[in-house]
Amino acid sequence: MNSFAQQLLSLAAQAGEYKLGERNNTALSFFFVIVLITLVITYWAAKKTKTSSEFYAAGRSVSAAQNGLALAGDYMSAASFLGISGMVAMKGYDGMIYATGWLVGWPALMFLVAEPLRNLGKFTFADVVAFRLRQTPVRIASAVGGILTVLFYTIAQMVGSGNLIKLMFGIPYLWAEIIVGVVMLAYVLFGGMLATTWVQIIKACLLLAGVTLLTVLVLIKVGSPGDLYAKVVHDYGQKMLEPGALAKNPLEAVSLGLALMLGLLGLPHILMRFYTVPDAKAARKSVLYATGLIGYFYIIIPIVGFGAAVLIPGGQAAIKAIDAGGNMAAPVLALTLGGTPFLGFIAAVAFATILAVVAGLTLAGASAYSHDIYVNVIKKNKATEEEQVKAAKTATIVFGVFAVALGIPFKGQNVAFMVGLAFSIAASANFPALFMSIVWKRFSTQGAVASILVGALLSVGMITLSETVWVGVFGFSSAIVPLKNPCVISMTASFIAGIVVSLLSPDAQAQAKFEDEKLRTYLGVGAE
Amino acid sequence: MADTARNVTRQEPKLHKSVTEIIESPDFKRLVSLRWTVSMVLLALLFVTYYGYILLIPYAPDFMKSKIGEVTTMAIPLGIGVIVIAFVLTAVYVVWANSSYDPEVERLKGQLRK
Repeated sequence: MNSFAQQLLSLAAQAGEYKLGERNNTALSFFFVIVLITLVITYWAAKKTKTSSEFYAAGRSVSAAQNGLALAGDYMSAASFLGISGMVAMKGYDGMIYATGWLVGWPALMFLVAEPLRNLGKFTFADVVAFRLRQTPVRIASAVGGILTVLFYTIAQMVGSGNLIKLMFGIPYLWAEIIVGVVMLAYVLFGGMLATTWVQIIKACLLLAGVTLLTVLVLIKVGSPGDLYAKVVHDYGQKMLEPGALAKNPLEAVSLGLALMLGLLGLPHILMRFYTVPDAKAARKSVLYATGLIGYFYIIIPIVGFGAAVLIPGGQAAIKAIDAGGNMAAPVLALTLGGTPFLGFIAAVAFATILAVVAGLTLAGASAYSHDIYVNVIKKNKATEEEQVKAAKTATIVFGVFAVALGIPFKGQNVAFMVGLAFSIAASANFPALFMSIVWKRFSTQGAVASILVGALLSVGMITLSETVWVGVFGFSSAIVPLKNPCVISMTASFIAGIVVSLLSPDAQAQAKFEDEKLRTYLGVGAE
Repeated sequence: MADTARNVTRQEPKLHKSVTEIIESPDFKRLVSLRWTVSMVLLALLFVTYYGYILLIPYAPDFMKSKIGEVTTMAIPLGIGVIVIAFVLTAVYVVWANSSYDPEVERLKGQLRK
């Protein structure tokens, strides 16, 4: 490793003349190799993907370890990699608060929903919410909550990809978005969940390898983490190692914490992965694998961020000059440490990350429409296999076009922060209904619809009126809602709405089914 | 798929009575309540760990800023500690479920087939 690292460092010296934003052929070739490999997988998966169960759930044939890697792949998005390293580079310790918050959702997912979710559902989390309630209203509400979450999440990924491409390949933002859209659509349309899963697995391995290599190179250059911190303090002051503005206000801190922790339990593209494994036991094991991999990633990613702040010539000012959100810290650090080849590798990995995550999100968004609304509501569950797969593919194309179009107006926002907002919607709209439907006997159809709609409208409304959107996007001078992250209010309101409305509109049939449902929830009897 | 609960009954009509018996058996009730007890205890530990950490930031800033090395602040090992504890709690649940929950599930499922 040492001589390899030195070789990379010497390459960095030669790369002096390279300017960011020029077309980088090494980066392009790495990128094309990765895309080629994933398309070969898609071709292989396409031959195995004919039924709707294969399209949405990879035929339930994915092993626990594979699913763990794919979950980690879905979760370690551009937000985690580019966003957190950038936030640590620019703001220091506050980036670590995001990293811890993003991990603690996994144990909560395990304790509260993973196994019941696997046992009760078929393709989407709405299957669970609607299990014993009236299908039409609950499916429509769940699809609204699911699609909103996935859209916000996708916007963050698209912002990441646009910046990255601008930096790496010298291609205009719009073209970059279109390339992401086309390749991602190929994965989803032809390969379905099986291809998407394998793309995630490959990407998770590449990303973990890339970040490990960056960390090792930083530590070779600086010494121990202690030496790195000393250098950070020397350059930017002790403040970088102290919690800053992010969690100064306790309500703000708890609100962000709730969103990061419980938002995971309402992310449609993550929840969907639990249907790819054969049973609840495999679902449980896959959470443990994912938690281990993601935990490792979040422990080392701050080193990359601090490394970027002290090792990149020009430091924070240089990072900020490239992208106001700080999202390019990790790729620029790679250029500094390993020259254009390493920059090419890291950029290709980051790009593959975005492609894979957007593919997973698109599949989740499309299935919310095609499975929950088209098959269950419009066709009253009488659609043929062929019609189901066709609807899923049409929805995929529509969602893909939306994803590309929405990537444009949100430029310049930190992607970690944007994803924080998506989590807030997930925690407010999807999680309360999902959880109450599993554990609370008296939860009724009206209660579910009220909970989802109150959570979705309140979180989106409060985000729109908060500083980020009201001031940052619309350009008003001050925000109407003081909280940056609305979760503490919107999630509580969603629970209250669900409870109050359920008590006011008791549903005897749903309560009777609750007992029958238990056998499936806890023993897996009758699970699909 | 419109109504999965009914599907179960339709596929296994003869078992319906014993399904009710199992659901009402003390063993099954104990299993369900144990499952939630374990989950809730672990969740409580997770909440204490994570929100304890989050609230230390605004309420005990001096503690978080206190130096444990030359420049390293208390906040750094605490942040890493939260991640490690979260993983350990997940592992505890998996070990419990594999060793206690699953055998009991298999036993109850075996009774159903009779």
